[in-house]
Amino acid sequence: MDRIPILRMGEYLLVTIQVDMHDQLALTLQDDLTAAVQRVGAKGVLIDISALEMVDSFIGRMIANLSRMSRILDARTVVVGMRPAVAITLVELGLSLAGVDTALDVERGMRRLRASVEESGASIVDLDD
Amino acid sequence: MAKAPAPVVDALASQPDALQNEWLSELKKQGPGADHRISESELSQQGRELLQLLGAAVATGTDIQSDAWRGVREFLERLSRSRAQQGFTSGETATFVFSLKRPLFDRVRAAAKDAATIGDATWAISELIDALGLYTVATFQKSREDVIARQQEDMLELSTPVVKLWEGVVALPMIGTLDSARTQIVMESLLQRIVETGSEIAIIDITGVPTVDTLVAQHLLKTVTAIRLMGADCIISGIRPQIAQTIVHLGVDLEGVTTKATLADALALAFKRSGLVVARAKTA
Repeated sequence: MDRIPILRMGEYLLVTIQVDMHDQLALTLQDDLTAAVQRVGAKGVLIDISALEMVDSFIGRMIANLSRMSRILDARTVVVGMRPAVAITLVELGLSLAGVDTALDVERGMRRLRASVEESGASIVDLDD
Repeated sequence: MAKAPAPVVDALASQPDALQNEWLSELKKQGPGADHRISESELSQQGRELLQLLGAAVATGTDIQSDAWRGVREFLERLSRSRAQQGFTSGETATFVFSLKRPLFDRVRAAAKDAATIGDATWAISELIDALGLYTVATFQKSREDVIARQQEDMLELSTPVVKLWEGVVALPMIGTLDSARTQIVMESLLQRIVETGSEIAIIDITGVPTVDTLVAQHLLKTVTAIRLMGADCIISGIRPQIAQTIVHLGVDLEGVTTKATLADALALAFKRSGLVVARAKTA
């Protein structure tokens, strides 16, 4: 069974959705991601959906849920690279993903994630001096 | 398929030149020929063409939707399209066809022996010409609607320019009433530009939107939400006092949407958010 890879970058997790999501894949991702956040003790999750071309209400809700679940596990989430067509579809479906942080691309998303993690004071910074 | 009565076929097909002249003089009395908006030579050429097509078609039957009548139908479509473009009314266009009645009736009356034949032939001609006239009006209407649809399309494209105000700031000055179809296009082009330019701030300026009702407000909110989903910020500017009043009276919730009175204010806020400072150059 195929899975969506979850990459670890320090205290952040990177999830890149490269294939069209189907329901089972989404549920597996939900399990994998929550487990990974807990195992790694991640402070931030970056979900890149720039390759996602089609969404339905289930996938839309799943994206919102992923963000809320990570939040409960004390990890901030930023969803990046949503395509215009996907954004319009979600709005038309009535899913505004309130409370989900968004950014245009991975770079900006990462910056945002760092800022919001620092703001929450959760990050453990190694002091060199 | 109904066969046309012999006198009708005769009336149309024999001596086409004479019939055409009679028709032409009829056309000059009424319709588009009367006030010389169409030249006589053009009218007579159109008349000749239609009579030729009619003469050939009527021999096969009177069902104008049949294949044999295709030539006539195509001619009438062309005619009404050009008339529509020249700005004639539907009545004037239809008169071109209807004015053929009198010359035909005259011929039937001259050729027929008894009242019954005249009656039958008159009725047949009347039905036929009416059908052709109605077809002309229908296609005239359709070509007018095509013109309107094309203009609407042009307007849509013209009225949604997305302009780049600064590095990372795009603006959409909206002009005219917003409806669902327009908002859809506006939303799509704005979102597309945000992706292309990688802009983090989008300003929607509604100075040119005359009225805002609940539907328009809802469209605006949808656009703002879609922009946020993509990871950019949206500022709505150019809200006139009346519109602010209307929005509050309608009970539309614009909480969570950044609104500014003028485009300049919105741009200033965009600068502030992107950490830019505008300063006056020191004069020596």
